[in-house]
Amino acid sequence: MQSNAQLEYDYSIVKAFTFATILFGIIGMLVGVILSFQLAFPELNNLAGEYGTFGRLRPLHTNGVAFGFTLSGIFATWYYVGQRTLKMSLNESKFLMTVAKLHFGLYFITILLAVVTFLMGFTTSKEYAELEWPLDLLVVVWWVLWGVAMFGMIGMRRERTIYVAIWYYMSSFLAIAMLYLFNNMEVPTFLWSGDAPSSLMHSVSMYAGSNDASVQWWYGHNAVAFVFTAPIIGMIYYFLPKESGQNIFSYKLSLLSFWGLMFVYLWAGGHHLLYSTVPDWMQTMGSTMSVVLILPSWGSAINMLLTMKGEWQQLQTSPLIKFMILASTFYMLSTIEGPIQAIKSVNAIAHFTDWIPGHVHDGVLGWVGFMTMASLFHMAPRMFKREIYSKSLMETQFWLQTVGIVFYFTSMWIAGITQGMMWRAYDEYGSLLYSFIDTVEVLHPYYTIRAVGGLFYLVGFFIFAYNIYKTATAGRVLDKEPANASPMAS
Amino acid sequence: MFHWLEQKPFFFAVVLFLTVAFAGFVTIVPDFAKQSQPTVGTKPYTVLELAGRQVYIKDSCNACHSQLIRPFKSETDRYGMYSLSGEYAYDRPFLWGSKRAGPDLMRVGNYRTTDWHENHMMNPSDVVPGTVMPKYPHQFTNMADLATAYANANTQKELFGVPYDTDGMPKLGSWAEAEAQAKEDAKLIASDMKNQSVKDAVANGQVPEIVALIAYLNSLK
Repeated sequence: MQSNAQLEYDYSIVKAFTFATILFGIIGMLVGVILSFQLAFPELNNLAGEYGTFGRLRPLHTNGVAFGFTLSGIFATWYYVGQRTLKMSLNESKFLMTVAKLHFGLYFITILLAVVTFLMGFTTSKEYAELEWPLDLLVVVWWVLWGVAMFGMIGMRRERTIYVAIWYYMSSFLAIAMLYLFNNMEVPTFLWSGDAPSSLMHSVSMYAGSNDASVQWWYGHNAVAFVFTAPIIGMIYYFLPKESGQNIFSYKLSLLSFWGLMFVYLWAGGHHLLYSTVPDWMQTMGSTMSVVLILPSWGSAINMLLTMKGEWQQLQTSPLIKFMILASTFYMLSTIEGPIQAIKSVNAIAHFTDWIPGHVHDGVLGWVGFMTMASLFHMAPRMFKREIYSKSLMETQFWLQTVGIVFYFTSMWIAGITQGMMWRAYDEYGSLLYSFIDTVEVLHPYYTIRAVGGLFYLVGFFIFAYNIYKTATAGRVLDKEPANASPMAS
Repeated sequence: MFHWLEQKPFFFAVVLFLTVAFAGFVTIVPDFAKQSQPTVGTKPYTVLELAGRQVYIKDSCNACHSQLIRPFKSETDRYGMYSLSGEYAYDRPFLWGSKRAGPDLMRVGNYRTTDWHENHMMNPSDVVPGTVMPKYPHQFTNMADLATAYANANTQKELFGVPYDTDGMPKLGSWAEAEAQAKEDAKLIASDMKNQSVKDAVANGQVPEIVALIAYLNSLK
C-alpha cells in the first residue's frame, strides 16, 4: 500500500477505551480481592451494611472485569487494530467518528450505572447477564453502534483481504449479539402489574426452570468464548507478530483453529449442566464437544508459540513478549483444564467447588489479563508517541502477577478437590463422614492463599496503571513510530 | 473458498453467523416444550413466597447456594430426593447456582424451620460456628416489595399461562385481595418468630424482607 505514508490513524477513541480499561480494571479487581478476603474472613462482609455483602458485590466483580475491564480492552484494541489492518483512519469519516464517540460514551455510562444498580440489588440473577432490562436495552444500543463502526470501517478499507485478527473481532460482535438477545428475553413486570404499584426495574424471565438453565448456560459459556477467548486471540494475532517482527507461523492452522472454534464452542455450554435436569443427550453432547474443543484452542496457542520459532531470545530481552507468551501458555493450560472438568466423572467432583473459579481465573488472569495489558503496552508508544516509561516496572509487575496467579489456581485446585471429595466421603457404617460446615472450615487456609494471590495481581495492576500513566505524561518523546519492538526506558 | 470469503466481509459474516448459531439451535430447541411440563403436585409460588424469592435474588443468595440436587447417593443422603425437571416449571428465573460456598437449598423447607432461619439470618455463626456466611440484619428492617411480587405473578399468569386461580392452585385475584392474603400469610410466619420489631411491623400490616424470605425458604420442598 503506497498511500500509507499519509495515513494518520486517529487514536482518540483508543485512548478513551484505554482509560476505561484501567479504571474498570481497578474497580473490578479491587472488588474481586475484597470478595476473596470475605471468604477467608467473613466479618469483612458487614462493613458497609447491606451494600458490602458477598452476594451484592459478586455481580459487580464478574461484570466489572468481564464487561468493564475486558470489553474496554477489546474495544480499545479494536479501534487500533481495525484502523491499522484495514488501512483506514477514523478521521476519514465524520459519521464513523461520531458513532465511535457515541459507542464509548454510552458504554461508559452503562458500566457506571451497572455499578450503582448492582449495589442497590437490581439483578436478574443470571450469571454474566445480571443487568436488569433498562440497562440491557442500553447495552443493545452501544453493541449495535460497535457493529456499525466495525462494518463501516471494513467497508472503507484499502486492504482487500481481511486479516485473521478482524475475523475474531467480527465473531465476537455477531455471537454476543445473538447470545445476549436470546438470554435476556424478559418481560418488565410493571407492564402486567394489574394495578399493583410494581417496581419499574423488575422483570421476569421468558423461560422457566430447565429451559431457562439451558439458555443461560448456552449464553454463559459462550459469553466466555466471545469475550474472554475470541477477541483475545484476535489481539495476539495482531500484537505478537507486530511486537516480535515475526510472521504468523501458519495460515492453515489459523483457518483450522478459527472455524473449528466457531463451530465447536457453542455446543459446550451443556458441560455447566452435567447431572442436572436438562436432557441427558444434551449433557453428553456438551461434554464431548468440550473435549473436542482442545483442538482449535491448542491450534491457536501452538500457532503463536511457533511464531516465535528461532526468536526465543526475545523472551529474555523484552518483557512485553514475555507477557504475550505467558498469556498463550496460560491459554493452553486453561483450555486443557476446562475439557478435563467437562468429563462427566470429573465434573461429578469438580462441579459446585472452588476448582471452577480456579479454572476461570487461570484463564482470565493469565490469558485475558496478560494479553490485554500487553496489547496496551504495545499501543502506548504508538498512540502517545513516547517511549514506555519503565522496563524494570514491567518486570516487577510480570513476576508479581505471575506469582499471584500461581497462588490463586494452585490453592483453588486443592480447595476444590478437597471439598469435592469430602462431600462424597462415607464412613464404614455408610453414613456421610462430614457435615457441610466441615467442608467449609477446611478451606480457610486455601481461601487465605487465594486472597493473597489476588492481592499480588491487583498490586501488579496498579504498577501497570502507573507505568501507562507515566508513559503518557513523562516518557521520552519519540520522533518516529517504532516498527516492531516497543522502545522502553530501563 | 476461504480466501474468497476473506475478501467478502458480508458473506464472511453470514457464514460465520450460521456456523456459530447452529449448535444452539440444535441443542436447545428439540426438548423445549417437554422440559417445561410441571411435575404432578408442583404449584406456583404465592405472592409472599415470590416476594421472598425476589429478596433471595436481590441479595444474590444464588451466588453461594445451589438449588439442584444431583442424582448421587452422597447428594440425596445430604439434601433429599434428586431434582426433577418438572419441579422447576414455575421457576422464572431458575436458581440452580454454580457454586456451593454453602449447602444446597433445593429442599431446605423439609429440614429447617422459621425460627432456625430467623436466628441464622441475623447472625449465622450463632447457629453454625465456623460459617463464612454474611449477616443479614438489613432484611429485618427493609420491607418486602409485595406489589412487584404481585406484578411478577400476574405477568406469569397472563403471559405465560401459569395456572394461578385454578382448582387446587394458589389464588391470586386482584391486587387488593392478593395483598391482604400475603399479609395474612406473613402473620403465620411472624407468629413463629421472636424478633419484636418484625412482629410489630407485621401486626401493623407491613412485611419485612425476612418474613417473605422465610416464607420462600419454607416453600422449598
